[in-house]
Amino acid sequence: MESLVLLLVALICAIQAVRSAQLLIAALWLAGVSACIALFLYALGAHAIAVIELSVGAGLVTILMVFAITMVGEDSEPHQPVVPRWMAIALPAAVLILAAGLLLNAGISSSADAAPDESLSAVLWQLRGADVAAQLALIFAGVLGLLALLADDREEPGASSLWVEAESDEPSAQFRVAEKSEVDLEEVGSPQ
Amino acid sequence: MIWGLVAAFALLAVGLYGLLALRNLIKLTIALQLMMKGGLIAVVLAGDAVGQRGLGESLGVTLIIADTVAAVIGLALAVLVRRRLGSLDIEVVSKLRG
Repeated sequence: MESLVLLLVALICAIQAVRSAQLLIAALWLAGVSACIALFLYALGAHAIAVIELSVGAGLVTILMVFAITMVGEDSEPHQPVVPRWMAIALPAAVLILAAGLLLNAGISSSADAAPDESLSAVLWQLRGADVAAQLALIFAGVLGLLALLADDREEPGASSLWVEAESDEPSAQFRVAEKSEVDLEEVGSPQ
Repeated sequence: MIWGLVAAFALLAVGLYGLLALRNLIKLTIALQLMMKGGLIAVVLAGDAVGQRGLGESLGVTLIIADTVAAVIGLALAVLVRRRLGSLDIEVVSKLRG
């Protein structure tokens, strides 16, 4: 029963995240969806993935979203969608109808009472070791993509001119600091 | 079990509606996240249904990682488009000519 309530709340949060006009509010609704799904997975018995979903989905992604929205600011959503409104409603409705037909014909039953064959760690590190390596590569690709996308800040004219000035300035401040430190050392050592 | 799959497909449908109807780049990222979360529920429940919960959970971990990387790249693209073009509207981006 509590799982059904959690799924309903997650669905309401998802609808509100799409309907919300403000980006920050939409990001918070999305965090609510992640939290509800994490609780549902915990109630299902998938404890490890529930913790990962709660920390990554509701934590990290929400922080990234709030950070990005703070950088770009609120932008008003244009009222006219790219595709016609009826098509935007009809296609998801068709997906739902097809999925409902598949579920009714499949006769899926839960095997939650049966003991799980292997734990998550055994599957992850023994059966799917190559996939773990691919996931690491994916994370590094994401980091590199992020750095490549946001690297244009270093090429701003003001920033580059500062570097040029610092490099062409002779005698540099470092030499002055070094000279001053030698003088200070002589002053300290002179009383002896 | 069956309600979990119904909710998973409903999340998929809500995300698909968002992808089709919205024009803000960050809202599109949020809609993509919703679809991924529907997929996460479906994968874990499918592993539970066939008696291989560990395999379903490991696929779910893969999905969470791919979901997070997609969100990071999408948000970085949104920030870059906003800086370069001054708008988050995908119509502005689609008018670019290389």
